[in-house]
Amino acid sequence: MSKARGWSWRSQAFRGLVFQLLAVVLVAFGAWYLAHNTLANMQARGIRSGFDFLLQPAGFDIGESLIPYDSLNAYWRAFLVGILNTLRVAITGIVLATILGALIGMGRFSRNAIVRGLCYAYVEWFRNIPVLLQLLMWYLLFAEYLPPLLDAPSIGGVIYLSKAGLSLPVPTWSAAAGFAWSIPHPEGFAMEGGVSASPEFMAVLMGLVLYTSAFIAEVVRAGLASVPRGQLEAAASLGLSRWKTTRLVIVPQALRVIIPPLTSQYLNLTKNSSLAVAIGYPDVVSVATTALNNTGRAVECIALVMAVFLTTSLSTSALMNWYNQRAAIKER
Amino acid sequence: MRANLFADWKSALATALIALLAAYTLPTVLQWAVFNAVFAPDANACQTARGTGACWGVIVEKWRLIIFGRYPFDAHWRPEVATLLLLGLVAMSCVRAFWKKWLAILWLVVVPAFFLLMSGGPLGLAKVPTDQWGGLPLTVMIATFSILVAFPLSILVALGRRSHLPAIRTLCVVYVELIRGVPLVSLLFMASFLFPLFLPVGKSPDVLLRVMVAMTLFAAAYLAETVRGGLQAIPAGQVEAARSLGLTWWQAQRKIVLPQALALVVPGIMNGFIAMFKDTSLVTIVSLYELTGALNIALNSDANWRPFKIEGYIFIAVIYFAFCFAMSRYSLWIEARLGESRNR
Repeated sequence: MSKARGWSWRSQAFRGLVFQLLAVVLVAFGAWYLAHNTLANMQARGIRSGFDFLLQPAGFDIGESLIPYDSLNAYWRAFLVGILNTLRVAITGIVLATILGALIGMGRFSRNAIVRGLCYAYVEWFRNIPVLLQLLMWYLLFAEYLPPLLDAPSIGGVIYLSKAGLSLPVPTWSAAAGFAWSIPHPEGFAMEGGVSASPEFMAVLMGLVLYTSAFIAEVVRAGLASVPRGQLEAAASLGLSRWKTTRLVIVPQALRVIIPPLTSQYLNLTKNSSLAVAIGYPDVVSVATTALNNTGRAVECIALVMAVFLTTSLSTSALMNWYNQRAAIKER
Repeated sequence: MRANLFADWKSALATALIALLAAYTLPTVLQWAVFNAVFAPDANACQTARGTGACWGVIVEKWRLIIFGRYPFDAHWRPEVATLLLLGLVAMSCVRAFWKKWLAILWLVVVPAFFLLMSGGPLGLAKVPTDQWGGLPLTVMIATFSILVAFPLSILVALGRRSHLPAIRTLCVVYVELIRGVPLVSLLFMASFLFPLFLPVGKSPDVLLRVMVAMTLFAAAYLAETVRGGLQAIPAGQVEAARSLGLTWWQAQRKIVLPQALALVVPGIMNGFIAMFKDTSLVTIVSLYELTGALNIALNSDANWRPFKIEGYIFIAVIYFAFCFAMSRYSLWIEARLGESRNR
């Protein structure tokens, strides 16, 4: 490798500079070309651009919402409803998938052969079928086979399951009445009181949880397998019980292996929640496509969706990196 | 038996509970799936059995529409032959004994033959526009060609991300992080709504091509991270040794680093391919009717058979499972082979 100085093709530094310049110019030209075409196309088709539409009334209804919303509200509020719905299904899904995945991953080490076999079959079956197909199947099952509201079966008259969804009692608090339970009960064609999860929400949740938990089970299994057998023997010879060995020896070491891939599974679940658009759960992607069809502002709507997911992804990975640093080996 | 099922009281309890559960549910499931099921393509018999037995007749009746989608019914042999050719070639490429020069030539023959058979035109084949392509041939086609392009691209991006040239490194980091931060659905919407705006007025390519570009860019970003993991595991001393032997940077990467790095991450790469195959189902959302979409139009268009969609879903779930499970078994087989060569 010659280290000739100056403007010679034999100089590595010079070649590096040329390649980088070339790459930057190519990318800049590409970006300019796309932007130029986009503007020309918009002019040709008479599409207006800009985010001002966010302040106009949306004019469409949304099936379920955590905050008060009606079709007279502005587009930004519709997007907010969508974002909250996405977060609602993602956070519930992450919690449930972690619990189920951890149980199944530990089940792969069970002393009972049937439990081991069932856990293996579960993982292989659920992770080898596209998650979209699973969502569609659950939605169909719920829509087809759940009983109508009027003869909804209930558990003890407090939990109802019907075409209107799953209704659960919730604790409420008010200054006048103090602490009380709000218990759901069928009232005409709707459920009164309690909280209800729509069939769409349950189908998305079910599909995401079963699919992701199969992957989390594999992550947990790999983490547990990474703890050397000698550690267990050492712990046993120190007189630690099985439960104490798990809690004090295995879990802290396995977590270091588990957390990085677990983070990416959480992010995958959040991103996969966008498939809700296929069965009509009003997540941020569904709201954006409705807004896109109503206003024709494709660039703005898709940019908004991407911004929402980028923010969620980046902040989740920042949070998990912080936790990972705490769980990592403390070097002296 | 004793050690596996009744080692201690907890294990015995688990066995007993599972046996009880199986005794409770298995008869119901078997009755629905086998004993009360209707296997003949008879819509009336299916209606009578509805609720108590499965209707597998719907698959006997509709399997051609489910597998081939909206492709003209009389010409179904064309996608059939084309897909079998492509699958056969892919299967052959998985076996080391066939890695000869003629395999590359075969690829150069089969790929044009695939598109010729699918789209028609010359040789007296009727022309079939791409919006009528569908079903399993479309699934296989999108998966194969996206993987074929995405894999080399991902190696370049991974190398770029580890480059010492800051501009190239930044470009690769931004590309990978942007794509990995957003869901595939949003990229597909982009391909379907925005790509036409990006290109000169009136010169937008076919929607199938746009969707395949989006899938490829998506897969390449994920694969690039896997490949980068392998690159990081190769000690820097190896590159320094190669460079001091007089190899150029490209030679060092191609002959020393990449063979070792890629062998290390075979499981990750195969997982990427499997994910890609499953992700093809998402193109349904932008109105390309691959296997999942083909099932929906095959059954929605016929009121007699519409109630038996769940059986159809099970049918295509089994197809997806067969493909993905085969791929993951193949990955395990390669790992075992690599393990052998490493321990020699």
